[in-house]
Amino acid sequence: MSTTRIVMPETARKGEVIEIRTLIRHEMETGHRRDHTGKPVPRDIVHTFTVTYAGDEVFRTELFPGVAANPYIAFTTVAVATGDLEFTWLDDQGRRTVETRRLSVT
Amino acid sequence: MNGTRTSFDRRVVASGVAALAIAPALGSAAVADENALAKAALAKIAAGRPMQKGRVTITLPELAENGNSVGLTIAVDSPMTAGDYVKTLHVVSEKNPIAEVVKFHLSPRAGRARVSTNIRLASTQTVTAIAEMSDGTLWFGTASVIVTLAACVDGG
Repeated sequence: MSTTRIVMPETARKGEVIEIRTLIRHEMETGHRRDHTGKPVPRDIVHTFTVTYAGDEVFRTELFPGVAANPYIAFTTVAVATGDLEFTWLDDQGRRTVETRRLSVT
Repeated sequence: MNGTRTSFDRRVVASGVAALAIAPALGSAAVADENALAKAALAKIAAGRPMQKGRVTITLPELAENGNSVGLTIAVDSPMTAGDYVKTLHVVSEKNPIAEVVKFHLSPRAGRARVSTNIRLASTQTVTAIAEMSDGTLWFGTASVIVTLAACVDGG
């Protein structure tokens, strides 16, 4: 599990569009670099970021080596009902980082 | 007046510095292929459909001091309703070793077509954002950015 940061409101009115800002600590190694001995450094990036809201996918991002280290992604979603938002990051090593946040809708 | 003048001067100086800094950083092969890569990426997204300029606003700083992390925001003029929404947002770089930078998949659940991220830029260039709408039409917007310190692309 890598360190993540998620900024979003805890509560929202029904129908409100909320902004969610996310960040995961990750090198995003491009695969284009060589180490000090001249050996290529293998690619290791977060390639997929998925967000579900009460089980439904509401947002997905495919990342390539052109995304900066510690990928930051901000997006919006409509507050439809009280439920859990699940954030999943997948990287080239097969590491899966999952975080959950509850949104209370009034 | 004064402010405008200053920023203009800075831009001229910066582009000179950028050109000097980037020339040795990129291999000659990369320089020859860079536009071909971007064109191929755009052709793949288009898949034979026309791309129209408009509806997409891409925001990048005019001048990025560090190409390793450049703030990018894309906003699309779309109602984001069940019948009319942005399905996919593609970001294509003109001069990075991999033209495709990031791809966002949206739905009416987004409520608004607006996303932000931080990207790497290998050199001073134009970045294109393409929105694929729910009706299959393609719209694009571009932004130019001057990069003074290029993202490390070639093992430097």
